[in-house]
Amino acid sequence: MRWRLEIRDATPLWLNVLLPLLAILATLILCGGLIVLAGANMFDAYATMFSSALSSKFALTETLVKATPLIFTGLAVTIAFKAKFWNIGAEGQLLTGAMAAAYVGALEALPGWSLIPLMLLAGAAAGAATAIFPAYLKTRYKVDDVVTTLLLNFVILYAMTALLDGVWKDPISGYPDSPDILSAAEFPVFLARTRLHLGVLLAFIGAPLVWFVMKRTTLGFAIEAVGENAHAAAFSGHKTSVVILASAAVSGLLAGLAGVGEVGGLHFQVMATISPGYGYTGIVIAMLARLNPLGVLPAALFFAVIITGADSMSRATGVPVFLADVIQGTALVTMLIGLMFTRYRLRWQRVVHSVQEM
Amino acid sequence: MEILSQILQVGFFAALLRIATPLIFGTIGELYAERAGVLNLGIEGIMMFSAMAGFSGAYFTHSLWFGVLVAVLAGMLGGLLMAVLCVSLGLSQHVSGIGTTLLFSGLSFFLYRLIFGQPSTIPVIEPFRTVNIPWLAKIPIIGPVLFDQYALVYLAFLIVPVTSWILYHTPWGLNLRTVGENPQAANSAGVSVAATRYQALLIAGMFMGLGGAFLSMAQYNAFTFGVISGRGWISIALVVFGQWSPYKSMAGALLFAFIDALQLRLQASNMIHIPYQVFLMMPFVLTILAMALVSRNARAPAALLRPFRKEER
Repeated sequence: MRWRLEIRDATPLWLNVLLPLLAILATLILCGGLIVLAGANMFDAYATMFSSALSSKFALTETLVKATPLIFTGLAVTIAFKAKFWNIGAEGQLLTGAMAAAYVGALEALPGWSLIPLMLLAGAAAGAATAIFPAYLKTRYKVDDVVTTLLLNFVILYAMTALLDGVWKDPISGYPDSPDILSAAEFPVFLARTRLHLGVLLAFIGAPLVWFVMKRTTLGFAIEAVGENAHAAAFSGHKTSVVILASAAVSGLLAGLAGVGEVGGLHFQVMATISPGYGYTGIVIAMLARLNPLGVLPAALFFAVIITGADSMSRATGVPVFLADVIQGTALVTMLIGLMFTRYRLRWQRVVHSVQEM
Repeated sequence: MEILSQILQVGFFAALLRIATPLIFGTIGELYAERAGVLNLGIEGIMMFSAMAGFSGAYFTHSLWFGVLVAVLAGMLGGLLMAVLCVSLGLSQHVSGIGTTLLFSGLSFFLYRLIFGQPSTIPVIEPFRTVNIPWLAKIPIIGPVLFDQYALVYLAFLIVPVTSWILYHTPWGLNLRTVGENPQAANSAGVSVAATRYQALLIAGMFMGLGGAFLSMAQYNAFTFGVISGRGWISIALVVFGQWSPYKSMAGALLFAFIDALQLRLQASNMIHIPYQVFLMMPFVLTILAMALVSRNARAPAALLRPFRKEER
C-alpha cells in the first residue's frame, strides 16, 4: 500500500474555489507562528489587521483605493500567464505608465478636458510598449521572457530615478519627484471626503471586461489556445507569435493603467517609491485567482486588506509591519503547493507488482 | 587623461575585486542550480536572508565566522525550499523562485525588525579585516590588489576553478550536467535526477549564503534593506551572459564590477556628469542585449525549467 499521484483530467470547479481559500488559511496559520514569535496574540493581531482595514467607511474606501493598482497588476499578470508569456515585468510597466501619465497630465498646452483621457491613453500605450519589447525578443529571438521582463524593471526604475534626480526634478519642491500634474488632470473623486477616484472605478470595470475578452472573444480564445499548447494552436491556424505579442500588449496596458491610477488619483506626481512592489504582488494575486480575471477581484481585495491593515496591526501589537510581505510570499508558496492537487490527485492504493517499466 | 589616472590606482582594482566577490558567489551558486536544470529565481531573497541571518549571528556571538556559518545554513534553507517546490513537487520554477524571493525577503525584514527593533542608530558589527598574505602582498601594485583582500574574496576566486574542475572533471559533475541536459538519460544510467538536483540547489544556496554574508559582514558592517539591491538578479543575468561557464561568468562579474567601480570613482571625483543610475542599469541593459544577440547559439542546459517525473515519459 502506498500513496501515489495520479494525473487528473480536469480540475473540478469546487477545487478552484476551495484551493485559494485553503492556501490563505494555511498562510494565516503559518504566519500566525511569526506573530506568536513576536510575542503577540495571533487572534488579536489578525483581528486588528482585518478590522482596521474594514471597520469604518473611510477605512473601507482606503482598502478599495489600495486594491486598485493590485487589481490592474493582477489582471496584467493573469492575461500574460494565460498565454504562457511569463511577464514578471508588471512593476516596470506600471512605472512607465505612471511616467507617461505624469508627463501628459502636466502639459499646459492641452485643453483641460482632454487631459484625463490622454493620460489614460498615454499610460496604457507606455505600459503596452514596455511589455511588447520583451515579448518581441521572446517570439523573434527566443530570449527568455522571465529574465528580460525582470531585468527591465530595474532598467526602468533606474532610468526613472535618473530623470527624477535630473531634468524632471520638481523645481518647486526640490525633491526628486516629478512636478505635480495640473488640477484639471486630477481624477474626479466619487465620494466626498474619501479618495475613491476614477481609477478605482476603472479597475472594478476592468476585471469583468478582461473576463469577457478572455471568455467571449476570438483574442481570448487564441490566448487560451496558445497557452494550452502552442504547437497545437499553431497547427490549427493560430499565429502564436502574434497572439503572444497581443497578450503582452494587453498585459502591459493593464499594468500601465495601474500606474496612471496612482498618479491621477493619489499622488498627482511620480516619485521613486510610487510602487512598493505592486507588480510582484500582482503575480501572487494572479496565481491565487487561478488565472481567472474575476478571481483577481477578491484576491486583490484580500492583499489590500493585509497591506492597509498591517500598519495598524503593527502599531497596536508591536508585530513588525513586514508581516504583510511574509504573508504575500507564503501565500504564493502555499498556493503553488495547492496547485499540485489541480493536476494530480493523491490516491491511497495497493502496489500492483508488475514488471518495473524503465 | 584624468579618468585614466582615476582608474589606474591600486585602490580602484582592489575595490573592483571586492565588488565582484558577491556577484561571483551568486553567479557560481546559480550556475550549479541551472546546470542541474533548475532556474533559481529565489536567489535575490536567499542572499537577502543570508545577509540578515549572518549579520545577526555575528552580532550576538561576536564571531564573524559563526555568522558566515549561519549565513551558509540560511542560504541552504532557501535552496531546500526551492528543491521541495520544483524538484519534489515539480512546480513551475519561475513561480517557485518568485515565491521564494518574496517569502525570504519578507522574512528577512520581519526577523530583522523583530530582533533589533527600530533603534535610532543602526546596529553594526566589527566587520572582516583584510588578510595580508606574507611576501606576496609586498609585490608592488599587484600585492595590495590581489594579496591584501578579505578571506571571502580569496574564497570567491578559488571556487571558480574548483567549480570548473568539479563540473568537467569529476563523475559527479558529469552527472550534474547530464541531469541538466538530458534527465531521461541520467535516470536510465541510474543517476537519481531528484537527488542530484537537491544537491545542486543546496550547494547553490551555500554560495548564495556566502554572497550575502560578504555583503553584510565584509563589504559593509550592517544589514540594511538595500544590502542586496538586485545583485541576485544580476547573478542570474551573469550566468546567461557567461553562457553557463564558470570562467566566462567570472569574467562577466569582473566586467560588471569594473563598470560599478568606475561609476563610484566618477561620482566621487565629480568629473563627468552622467547620472549614476546610467551605470547602475548597465549590467541589466548589457545582459538583455547579450541575450538577444547570443540567443540563437546560447548554451542553456536543455532541461532547464523542466520538472522531471519518472512516471511521465
